[in-house]
Amino acid sequence: MSIVLVGISHHQAPVELRERAALDRTRAAELAQALAGGQGEAVCLSTCNRTELYLADESGDAAEEKAESELGPALYRLRDEEAALHLFRVAAGLDSMIPGEGEILGQVRVAHEAGATGPLLDRLFRQALQAGKKARSQTAIGESPASVSSAAAALAEQVFGDLEGRTVLVVGAGKVGEAAIRNLVSRGATIASVANRTGERAEELTQRFGGEALSLDRVQDELVRADVVLSSTSAPGWVLTREQVEQALHARKGRPLFLIDLAVPRDLDPAIHELEGCYLYDIDDLEAVVAETLVGRRREAERAETIVAEEADRFRAWQASLDVVPAITSLRARAEQIRDAELRRAKLNDAERRAAESVTAAVLNKLLHLPTIRMKQASPLRPRGRALKSASLIGRPLPVQAPTAFVRVRRRRLCGQTRVKRTWCRADPRRFPRQ
Amino acid sequence: MAELLFWPALLAYSEAAVAYLNDVRHPGVAGRLATWGVRVGWLVQTALLAVQATRANGFPWSTWGGSLNLFVWFVVGAYLIWGCQPRYRLLGLAVLPLAVLLFILARVGGGTGVGSRSHYSNLFLVLHVGLVLAAFAGFTLAAALSALYLWQERRLKRRESSILRLRAPALSRLDEVAARTIAFALPALTLGIAVGIARLRERGGGFDVLMAVTIVTWTVYAASLALRHLAGWRGRRAAYLVLAGFVLVAVVRLALPVTHFAT
Repeated sequence: MSIVLVGISHHQAPVELRERAALDRTRAAELAQALAGGQGEAVCLSTCNRTELYLADESGDAAEEKAESELGPALYRLRDEEAALHLFRVAAGLDSMIPGEGEILGQVRVAHEAGATGPLLDRLFRQALQAGKKARSQTAIGESPASVSSAAAALAEQVFGDLEGRTVLVVGAGKVGEAAIRNLVSRGATIASVANRTGERAEELTQRFGGEALSLDRVQDELVRADVVLSSTSAPGWVLTREQVEQALHARKGRPLFLIDLAVPRDLDPAIHELEGCYLYDIDDLEAVVAETLVGRRREAERAETIVAEEADRFRAWQASLDVVPAITSLRARAEQIRDAELRRAKLNDAERRAAESVTAAVLNKLLHLPTIRMKQASPLRPRGRALKSASLIGRPLPVQAPTAFVRVRRRRLCGQTRVKRTWCRADPRRFPRQ
Repeated sequence: MAELLFWPALLAYSEAAVAYLNDVRHPGVAGRLATWGVRVGWLVQTALLAVQATRANGFPWSTWGGSLNLFVWFVVGAYLIWGCQPRYRLLGLAVLPLAVLLFILARVGGGTGVGSRSHYSNLFLVLHVGLVLAAFAGFTLAAALSALYLWQERRLKRRESSILRLRAPALSRLDEVAARTIAFALPALTLGIAVGIARLRERGGGFDVLMAVTIVTWTVYAASLALRHLAGWRGRRAAYLVLAGFVLVAVVRLALPVTHFAT
C-alpha cells in the first residue's frame, strides 16, 4: 500500500485559487468516500489555508491520478514518507501561516473522522494528531498569543493572574473590540458594562456577553469597579483623560487597572500610563508584543520539527513492517501445509494424532517466532517497494542466517532536545544460529 | 556524618542556582532540574539538621553559624511552597544564590558541624531562636517576591515587547503572596520577641542593638500590613516598604548577631 498526497496550500496558491478548491465538511466527506471507492482509503483535509487529499491503495499511481483529477492543476504531490512527514508538520502547526496555531489540529481531527480511512490512513492520521499534541506539549510553540486581541488578554493575565471574576468595562461597541472581548471572556473575565454612543449596539453586545449597557458619560463612574478597560470607539478625541482616571484611583484603594486602547485615533490619554497602578497598552504596543512572540514561536518551531521528524520515523518503520505481513502469512501457510501433510502420512490413532498435532503446532510456532520478529525488524532497512514479497519466500529455506547488520536508533534527551543517533551493529550470532 | 551531609546539600543548592539561571534562557528541562535540586538539597539539609540535633541532644543552632544554617533551611522550605510552580521559578533566581551564600557562611561560622549544646533551655531556644528565624525566612521570601514585583511592574510600565516570552508571576498574585507571607511571619516574630523579652525580664540582662533593630523591623512589617488594609497601600509602595524591612532583616541576621549570641 502506498500513500499519496496531492494538495494546494497558502505557500504556493493565492486565495483566489484556494477558495475554488476549498470544501466544507460535508463535501469533503463525500469526496473522501468517492475517492476511496469501496476498497481504497481517502481523507480530505480542507481548511482556509489548504486543501489536501490523502489516498492509500495498492497502486500509488492510480490514487495520484484520481486525486489530481479532483484538484486539477495540483501544486504539490508527495508520496509515502514525504506525505506522512508533511501531514505531521501540518498537524503540529509547522506548515501554518502562524507557526503553532492551534486550530489546525482540530481540523485534522475532523478530516480524519469524516474520511474513508482504512488501516494505513487511520494510523497515519492518529499518529499525526499525536505528533501535533506532542509538539505543543513539549515545546512552547502554541503558548504565546498570535493576535492583538489574545495578546491583550495575555497581558491582562500578567497583571491580574487568573481573570476569573475580573470585571471588564467595554467602551465602544464596534467590531474591533469584539475579538478582544471574546478572548477576555474565554479566560474567565466578566463583562460588567458596555458604554457606547448608541444604546442599540451596546444592548446587542450585552445580550451576547452579559453586563449592563451604558451611555459614554457614565464611563468615569464605572472606572471605580472595573479591572480592565477595553476601548475601541471611533471618537476623534480622548474618551478618558488622565484626570478622570486619577479621580477614580482614590476610590480603587490601590487595585491595579489595565487599559486596552484598540482605537485609531486613540481613545485613552497616553498620560494615564504614568499613573501608579495603571497600565495602558495601545494598538502599536500590542502589535509589538505579537511580533516578538511570533519570533519566539519560530524559535520553538525548530524544536517541534525534531519531534515531528521522530514521529515520521516511527510511522515509516511501522509502514515498512506492513510489507512483510504477506510474506509472514505465506511462510506460515507453507509450514502448516508441510505439517498437515506429514501428520496425514503418519499412521496414528486419534489420541496419538491429537498429541502429535499439539506438539507439532507448538514446535512450528516456536520455530517461526524468531524469523517473524527478525523480518519485521529488518523491513525498515529495505527500500520501499523492494520489501519481502510473499512469493519470494515460499519454497526457499527460512531466513535463519543472521542479518549482517541492523539499525539501532538511540534517543538521548538532553536539555529538552532529542538527538537521534543511528549506528550499525552486528546482530548477536547466538540468537541466529547458522544451519 | 553531619559534615558529610553538608556537601551534597550545597551541591544540590548550587546545581539549582545554576539551573535557574539556565532556565531563564531555555525554559523547560533546566527549570525542572532546578526544582529537583532544591527538593533534594532541602531534604539532605533536613537530614543534616536531624543529625546535628541528635548528636547535641537538643537545639544546637543558637550560635551565629548554626542559626544561619537553620535560617537557610527555613528560607528554602518556605520557597518550596511556591517554587515548584513554573511561574515562580524566577523567584529561585533570587532565593537560591542567597541560600548557597548563606549556607557557605554557616559552614565558615561552624554552624554545620556537631556543636556543643547551649546553656539555654531547649524550649526557650525553639520558641525564641526558632520562631525569629522562621519569621526572618518569611520576610526574606517576601522581599524576593517584592523585588520580582518591581521588576515585572517595570517591564509592564516600559511596555517591553518580550514580556510574554519570559513570563513572570502576575503582579496581583505577587503582591498578595508577599502580603500573606508577611501575615504568617509577623505573628511568629511577635511571639519570638515576646519570649525573648520575658526571659530578659526574668533573668535580667542588657538591651542590645540587635534587639532594638529587631523591634524596628517588626514595626516596619506591622506598618506595611496596617497600611495595606487601612490605606490601600498595595503594589509598588508596599513592595518598597517590604524591601526596606528586609534591609533591617539583613542587618539583624548578618551585621549584629555576634554581640547578641554572646549575651
